[in-house]
Amino acid sequence: MELNSRIPSGPLAEKWDSHRFQSKLVNPANRRKFRVIVVGTGLAGASAAATLAELGYKVDAFCLHDSPRRAHSIAAQGGINAAKNYQNDGDSVFRLFYDTIKGGDFRAREANVYRLAQVSTEIIDQCVAQGVPFAREYGGTLANRSFGGAQVSRTFYARGQTGQQLLLGAYSALSRQINSGGVTMYNRREMMDVVVVDGKARGVVVRNMISGAIESYSADAVLLCTGGYGNAYFLSTNAMASNVTAAWRACRRGAAFANPSFVQIHPTCIPVHGDYQSKLTLMSESLRNDGRVWVPKNKDDTRPPAQIPEEDRDYYLESKYPSFGNLVPRDVASRNAKEQCDQGKGVGSTGLAVYLDFGDAIKRDGEDVILRKYGNLFQMYEKITDSDPMVEPMMIYPAVHYTMGGLWVDYNLMTTIPGLFALGECNFSDHGANRLGASALMQGLADGYFVISTSIGHYFGSERINPVTNADAAFKEVENEVNERMQKLLQNSSGGPSGKVTVDDVHKELGRLLWDNCGMARNRQDLELALEELPKIKDKFWNSVYVPGAADDINQSIEKAGRVADFIEFGEFMIRDALAREESCGCHLREESQTEENEALRDDDKYSHVSVWEYKGDDQPPEMHKEHLVFENVTPSQRSYK
Amino acid sequence: MMSTIDLTLKIWRQKNSDALGDFETYILRDISTDMSFLEMIDVLNEQLTREGKEPVAFDHDCREGICGACGAVVDGVAHGPDLETTLCQLHMRKFKSGDTIVIEPFRSIAFPIKKDLLVDRSALDRIIQAGGFVSVNTGGTVDGNSIPVSTETAELAMDAASCIGCGACVASCPNGAAMLFTGAKIAQLSLLPQGHPERKERARSMVTQMDKEGFGYCSNEKECELACPKGISIRNIARMNREFLKSFLLGE
Ligand SMILES: Cc1cc2nc3c(=O)[nH]c(=O)nc-3n(C[C@H](O)[C@H](O)[C@H](O)COP(=O)(O)OP(=O)(O)OC[C@H]3O[C@@H](n4cnc5c(N)ncnc54)[C@H](O)[C@@H]3O)c2cc1C
Ligand code: SF4
Ligand code: FES
Repeated sequence: MELNSRIPSGPLAEKWDSHRFQSKLVNPANRRKFRVIVVGTGLAGASAAATLAELGYKVDAFCLHDSPRRAHSIAAQGGINAAKNYQNDGDSVFRLFYDTIKGGDFRAREANVYRLAQVSTEIIDQCVAQGVPFAREYGGTLANRSFGGAQVSRTFYARGQTGQQLLLGAYSALSRQINSGGVTMYNRREMMDVVVVDGKARGVVVRNMISGAIESYSADAVLLCTGGYGNAYFLSTNAMASNVTAAWRACRRGAAFANPSFVQIHPTCIPVHGDYQSKLTLMSESLRNDGRVWVPKNKDDTRPPAQIPEEDRDYYLESKYPSFGNLVPRDVASRNAKEQCDQGKGVGSTGLAVYLDFGDAIKRDGEDVILRKYGNLFQMYEKITDSDPMVEPMMIYPAVHYTMGGLWVDYNLMTTIPGLFALGECNFSDHGANRLGASALMQGLADGYFVISTSIGHYFGSERINPVTNADAAFKEVENEVNERMQKLLQNSSGGPSGKVTVDDVHKELGRLLWDNCGMARNRQDLELALEELPKIKDKFWNSVYVPGAADDINQSIEKAGRVADFIEFGEFMIRDALAREESCGCHLREESQTEENEALRDDDKYSHVSVWEYKGDDQPPEMHKEHLVFENVTPSQRSYK
Repeated sequence: MMSTIDLTLKIWRQKNSDALGDFETYILRDISTDMSFLEMIDVLNEQLTREGKEPVAFDHDCREGICGACGAVVDGVAHGPDLETTLCQLHMRKFKSGDTIVIEPFRSIAFPIKKDLLVDRSALDRIIQAGGFVSVNTGGTVDGNSIPVSTETAELAMDAASCIGCGACVASCPNGAAMLFTGAKIAQLSLLPQGHPERKERARSMVTQMDKEGFGYCSNEKECELACPKGISIRNIARMNREFLKSFLLGE
């Protein structure tokens, strides 16, 4: 497999400009002759579909929700970064670029990240023009805050609902194009496969989630904007329907997958409290600005927190990292919480939680100030846990949150299948081994509003694309495969459920395996064990999973079953990727690669590359390729938070 | 503190849009009061699956009260008894052991039932498509700070923009009106300067679309405001009516 990243030559700051100049264009009158399929209408997909239709391309857009407005992007709370330097605090495109590269632990491409920082400013202008009600200062200008430990205030926000407002902005642009006929929107369609003809992506096969019908759509290019795969772990902060199916099916057809084991685990989530739990809820990172993290000094101290005196408390982040204290980066905070719990010092009914205590902040600043800052978060916490953080310390625990890994793409966001592009969380491109807070929204919109139009023009302008229709044999073949697969998912259903397992049973088992062995801290032994266990889970799924209902009906069980089957297959990529990367970096600790002080140790000599995995068949391990990363504008440094 | 409760559920089951539906009764035991309402339905669905029966179909996704996918009428109230709370954020500690809970889909002529609790709310999308946007293409927009907006206006616009498109307002309205939903979008865009150039056209097209979809008229029952999980105020309906009237009075 050839990996050509197509990074433009020339100085960093001029690459995007010169790339746009060198890219081919499509004459406006000719654009309507080209059809583009956009799968997924979250921030990345909705913005791409709207923008391409505005330019005159014909767009068919698909999502698995009943409306594009429900995509998982809607749940993002904190904000979106942009190098506007409105606060005059020394921000710049280069600084946002540098912070993102460094935050990603030097495992992302310089050129992509620089472009991201460049277009970040246009995103804000675009969203304001759409009527996104960003927070304002008294003078009427846009308000900013500092987010996730950044030293400048470059985060734009709309209360705690930034993702919602940005998505509704993109959705409104999309709605306008639906109204004018530029976009045909297909709701409640789940993409089951991509169709490749003569080596190019030419369409998709989807399942109509209302009728159960398997339908084909053809086009001249296909964009996957289908989000991240955090739900492989069963429990995560992702929405319930977030899945890997679209990306994984593309991978099976020849799109290489980059860094599948790069998963971000967020430190401040509401802990798991029972077996029935369906998802985890994120509590904003900002809480660590005032909350102090602690556990009891002694294992088995079961006293309620108020009865544990100061001398019996271990404020482990403050003692271990005196200069950063409770504000250490996400991965460090997460890892340390796990470590405390592994030592038996975790709190709560499951022992898998640590305290986040606002007692001192309330004493220092008064109840009013703390309530003003965190009131709505406290309310949300209380609704879920029935406990008031003003009275009792919060309990938190890390949870799977975001996947930096994704389909490998070149500078044009094109995968290794020509004509197949990946945007947003679905690609791997900009966050390296760790994503900074408020940068996912920025990337999704950068890809959709500002990058893809250049790529699509260039692709159509330089490739010869033969006509195809969805009646062609290639489409029928894939349709048949998908139909067979649906039947296979129902193969155990005759004879009733007795002695069988449910989809959730298997999904939970897969989740535990990945969380225990391919989570925050990894080692060879555990990963090898996981690789041995995985086929057993796969066998269990195919031999004994019971899926009720029929394929030609609304059937949420078969939807789930298909997604879990793909998570299981994809799980092997995650584990193998983790195994191959014998260094600690970004979000994960590789236990064999630590400093004397037990801190993560990156190994630039051996691992300064993107691990790119090629699917080789169901009975063969995938093959790993490397895209070497070249740093010409920054010097990789080891992170230190001591 | 966490405890467990036993419940009787009466749930609307309907095979598809054409079939007649009816209530089925289910008994659930040992439901943790820490569960969310949807987790309780998950438990029921696992139980049904293990019994070889079809689980209850219902829409849901974020389970954080923001995507607007979930929603059902619980004991006669859209999204259930907790004020300003979506169904996914309602917790079982609001119920007592021995309770019988009646669960039905959001009902409205404009929301055909597809299966069980799952309804088709695409009419709401079509209202937005009719004009719930500012007509700007990507690119070439002015610097964000060149459009100043006072904090007060920004806050009011944000209040209106918080609508999650769940449709509870429609389901709770005796006339099946979508005025709160439509009013919220019209209000947001008429408050902000970016929305001004198209305000007349917008109000007219969105209101026309609302009628076309079969939504009813507002007779000031205020049920929508009570049911709205995001506390959208009916002042937005007044604002919409003003915008709509002005679009005729002031002419082109
Ligand atoms: C709780 C939470 C808070 C967050 N807060 C922030 C924040 O403050 N700032 C920030 O920058 N980032 C944040 N993030 C991350 C950010 O929200 C996401 O990374 C980003 O929104 C992803 O956007 P997307 O467009 O790539 O995908 P998504 O929004 O996930 O959209 C995926 C789309 O694909 C569709 N789809 C998926 N699979 C299929 C299929 N097989 N067939 C058809 N359609 C399919 C879905 O219907 C949907 O339309 C947060 C994430 C979480 C979980
Ligand atoms: S106005 Fe309220 S009830 Fe109606 S759709 Fe919006 S959020 Fe739901
Ligand atoms: S599931 Fe998203 S609002 Fe309830």
